[in-house]
Amino acid sequence: MSLVLRNVSKVFEDSKEDVLNEINLEIDKGEFVCVVGQSGCGKSTLLNLIAGLEKPTEGEILLNSHPVTGPGADRIVMFQEHALFPWMNVIQNVEFGMKLAGFPQNEQEERALTYLRMVGLEEYKNYAIHQLSGGMRQRVALARALTLDSEILLMDEPFSALDKQTSNRLREELQEIWMKTKRTVLFITHSVEEAVYLADRVVVMSPAGITDIVSVELERPRYVYDEKFVEYRHKILEKVEGKVCP
Amino acid sequence: MKTKGVFRTKFMSELIFLGGVLLLWQVLYVIGVDILSIWKPYAMPSPSGVVKSLYLLLADASLIKAVGYSILRGVSGYVISVVLGCFLGFLMNHFDYLHRNLRPLVMGVQTLPSVCWVPFSILWFGLTQQAIIFVVVMGSAFSMAIAADNAIHNVPKIYKKAALTMGANSRQIYREVILPASLPELVSGLKQGWSFAWRALMSGEVMTTCIGLGQTLIEGRNLADINQVMLVMIVIVLIGILIDQIVFRKLEKHIYQKRGL
Repeated sequence: MSLVLRNVSKVFEDSKEDVLNEINLEIDKGEFVCVVGQSGCGKSTLLNLIAGLEKPTEGEILLNSHPVTGPGADRIVMFQEHALFPWMNVIQNVEFGMKLAGFPQNEQEERALTYLRMVGLEEYKNYAIHQLSGGMRQRVALARALTLDSEILLMDEPFSALDKQTSNRLREELQEIWMKTKRTVLFITHSVEEAVYLADRVVVMSPAGITDIVSVELERPRYVYDEKFVEYRHKILEKVEGKVCP
Repeated sequence: MKTKGVFRTKFMSELIFLGGVLLLWQVLYVIGVDILSIWKPYAMPSPSGVVKSLYLLLADASLIKAVGYSILRGVSGYVISVVLGCFLGFLMNHFDYLHRNLRPLVMGVQTLPSVCWVPFSILWFGLTQQAIIFVVVMGSAFSMAIAADNAIHNVPKIYKKAALTMGANSRQIYREVILPASLPELVSGLKQGWSFAWRALMSGEVMTTCIGLGQTLIEGRNLADINQVMLVMIVIVLIGILIDQIVFRKLEKHIYQKRGL
């Protein structure tokens, strides 16, 4: 068991409303879990709690049986915006986490290049961030997130700010990378298609909490036009739309 | 190089314009003072008179000395105010209590013209270098503090969040994220701080008796030499422009280019 959430609730001071309603969830090592739900369902709050950027009002979050008390490198987050540092070039950005952790310089470079190669941007290692397209920036952010071998990778709608074509390309690449590395991933998205494409299990959220969890039993690599894929998509879409957010 | 050509024509047009202004000035002087005698010669400078003044003040090296002393004083006061201002700005940003309560006070004090600090500084330090430097520090440290506070405050929160989830501790957050991220805005603050410091320096120098541009200006007034007064004013403007163009423009360009701003 990798990540465990027990009766997790979050009440914000200004609204006094519980945005999560006692979430219970377990994520196994090496599992790819997607969370879907309409906006305002508390998906991002859930991710922020696991990341340690916010504290739950009630309940507990355990990572390998240790309670989560604050942010840490064992739970790297990839945000919707790329969050790369504009004063560093591509490879410096990818090395950043390793630099914080005090990796020796040659190992930093070696690992950074490995992951840059994985996202297909090795030749761009000396580029400035402002020279890259939106899709390339998210690839760099992905490489940066992968370098630290975190216990779990938290992805907060990482492709939703990109155009459809680029975001489709990136999810294909993410699928390939995941098949190679078998990382534990929690992926937040509002796109059911994206969730079915990527996930082992899809968690459906509504303001009432988790309403359903669907295991996607499809072989990888997956195809959007596959009959079974479409079936899953419809099934989950109904669940999401059945619970309308306020 | 097309951009270089554009740059050159721009420079040439500025130069021609400046020459025109000088010519107009001289013509006005000749008409108003020499021909019509409506202006008193001791109250109206002329380009030729300013050049003569320049020659005289260069000959006995007093202008060079005055410029040297003023710059030295200005820079030392400025350095002190940058250090104090950044520290104060950091404190105001770091402690919520200070941000809420001290910041408005600093904002208020910052609006005070630097010349208002002269009585205090003379009472505390006498007619000395320290008195002038005190005025310079008071004139620019508070604006530096506000600028530093703003610069840190305006660092996008996502940078800090990203660094935190990559395992940064609070020292690393400041050194690796907040400092470099706030740099562009901080440099604008430094630039503005310098212009405040330079103005405050003149207020201080005019009021005391140390060698410097302010004193050369007052000396011109005392000798009823309006050309010397004008010359010093021009020199003060030139030094201001020079430091802005050479030091700060280069610094900004270096920082901005790298980030594609």
